[in-house]
Amino acid sequence: MENKVNFTASCPIPISQYPHVMMAHGGGGTLMHRLLEDVFGKAFSNPILDTRHDSAQFTVPPGRLAMTTDSYVVRPIFFPGGDIGSMAVHGTVNDLAMSGARPLYLSCGFIIEEGLPMETLWRVVCSMRDAAKKCGVQIVTGDTKVVDKGKGDGLFINTTGIGIIEHEKIISPQNVQPGDAILVSGDLGQHGMAIMAVREGLQFESAIESDSAPVAAPVLALVNAGIEIHCLRDLTRGGLASALNEIAEAAGVKIAVEQKNIPVREDVHAACEMLGLDPLHVANEGRFIAFVAANDASRALEILRQHKVSSNAAAVGNVVEKSAPRVTLKSAIGASRILDMPSGEQLPRIC
Amino acid sequence: MKFLDEYRDGELAQKLAAEIHRATTKPWTIMEVCGGQTHAIVKFGIDELLPKQIELIHGPGCPVCVTPLEMIDKALEIAARPEVIFTSFGDMLRVPGSTTDLLSVKAKGGDVRIVYSPLDAVKLASENPAKEVVFFGVGFETTAPATAMAVFQAAQNGLKNFSMLISHVLVPPAIEALMSSPNCRVQGFLAAGHVCAVMGYEEYFPLVKKYRVPIVVTGFEPLDILHGILMVVQQLEAGRAEVENQYARAVTRAGNQPAQALLKKVFQVVPRKWRGVGEIPQSGLGLAGEYTAFDAEKKFGLADRHVDEPADCLAGLILQGQLKPHECPAFGTKCTPEHPLGATMVSSEGACAAYYRYRRH
Repeated sequence: MENKVNFTASCPIPISQYPHVMMAHGGGGTLMHRLLEDVFGKAFSNPILDTRHDSAQFTVPPGRLAMTTDSYVVRPIFFPGGDIGSMAVHGTVNDLAMSGARPLYLSCGFIIEEGLPMETLWRVVCSMRDAAKKCGVQIVTGDTKVVDKGKGDGLFINTTGIGIIEHEKIISPQNVQPGDAILVSGDLGQHGMAIMAVREGLQFESAIESDSAPVAAPVLALVNAGIEIHCLRDLTRGGLASALNEIAEAAGVKIAVEQKNIPVREDVHAACEMLGLDPLHVANEGRFIAFVAANDASRALEILRQHKVSSNAAAVGNVVEKSAPRVTLKSAIGASRILDMPSGEQLPRIC
Repeated sequence: MKFLDEYRDGELAQKLAAEIHRATTKPWTIMEVCGGQTHAIVKFGIDELLPKQIELIHGPGCPVCVTPLEMIDKALEIAARPEVIFTSFGDMLRVPGSTTDLLSVKAKGGDVRIVYSPLDAVKLASENPAKEVVFFGVGFETTAPATAMAVFQAAQNGLKNFSMLISHVLVPPAIEALMSSPNCRVQGFLAAGHVCAVMGYEEYFPLVKKYRVPIVVTGFEPLDILHGILMVVQQLEAGRAEVENQYARAVTRAGNQPAQALLKKVFQVVPRKWRGVGEIPQSGLGLAGEYTAFDAEKKFGLADRHVDEPADCLAGLILQGQLKPHECPAFGTKCTPEHPLGATMVSSEGACAAYYRYRRH
């Protein structure tokens, strides 16, 4: 049974004694030992971690391994629909899934700014624990550093993941073929707009929630159903536009997508319109695109739609031909234009 | 999305385009004044639907683009001061000054913040009495009332640590300047709908009469723009030159009168430099009367600073419709959104940015 912890009441380090993280919590002495044992050790407990060795030891089933790493620096730490902890698990697990891998193990490195409320740390750790359980991965090793007040932004997390590839498919941009159908796993832009709304204090009629979620299950369902998957790509910063351009460049192809087929929720669309942002440039944390053989496209969509996280999956376009890399978008009124990567940071417009 | 998707309907767009084709018998050159319209035209590919005889040229209505270099340099100098919180609309941050931009000032430790309304800057000033809060007030008549309201509220609250770097500009004097230029090829205008939502369109009647040029107040969605073009073409083909209002769902002849009253109270009409164009008489707004106490140029001793524009950026010709962005030798080579020579390459309403983003190949 999952041990649900009430954040305040159950924080295992007595709050009266250490309400905030201090430099000593990273100093290698008793306080650090207590932090590792009572917070991380308690929350993430599993046989591999519990050996308390310098490195985790495990055997893996036969097959190729996939490995990835990512660092998480989101502000605010807690946002509608998620937090830095769940995001640090989902993001890395999703990167593994993009090779068609079954995620197995994570490491996590915490860089904590002196003064972070202990309760905040505990909430994040509990959120990571719950997310890892949901994704079926174990956190088997980790590291903690505390930096001086003002030298960090509360909390940074790095996670590295290892997964096992239990099939023979080569899923990579180089495998993209002319004629491939391009599927997106759901509506776009929720995460980026949720963060922007909280960060900038923007009030919309209803709160937009982040789409942060693990996507390994629908990906593995595609693999297991024998869908001819040529490439997968997690849609994070830079949104759909960046992902399509990266793949067009890596594969040397022309890609064409159609605006009216790309799902964007109405509230996200409205928020983007108000701020002058393009939903196709906005970040996601629980969405991916799949390049699949055209013959398999409708079956792949059916499979995706059976999973909650990808229930709004849609076919948005196709790979036109081998050529100089280019992504074009057919606009709402039927004319065609380039769909470019965003340039740098997304800045709200003047009027 | 309601009130938006209706104006992006593909079938209706094709019908309007067909009507424009039927109405057009001669070549016509039409300028869309507003940079928001330029972006919609390029983003949706509206010009691809038009007959070959119709040339759209892009006007000076990009507030970020026309803010003069010396004003950007003043902003950079103020923003770098340790006691200042410098607030601005987001798309001013990438605009290049003589040596740097606001994003770089921020990276070096300047407290530069994006606000969504000038009133947020007033709030920041109340919350940070030990800091000098400065707002960069740029834009046309569309954003000027919000700037005016911020100054008005700051005065009412007796805020001493709030000031504004003002570079507001006005549309009708710019149209007048364009029309009186001997190189002007413009035969009809799409006037900027949002400017007219504030100001109404009374000001355009003298221009129509003097220059015999149709002016149609036009919105920003694809169907609005196609409809506006159709109305201009119909006037041109019939030899008429009138003010017409395509954007009646947002614009009345008299405009937003409380906003206009506030503008009159807080601002006075002043001569203003336009980036790449030069000074246009009576084309800007500056603080008036008691509100000059909120003038950041005076507060920080920068009023007499003058800077010349660089020669290699041809934004001035582009803003006057005499050159298309891709015809500039620097376009996409020496000048990109990452390394811009001028503001037209980085503003969300800049013509060069639109061409770079949507039709670079």
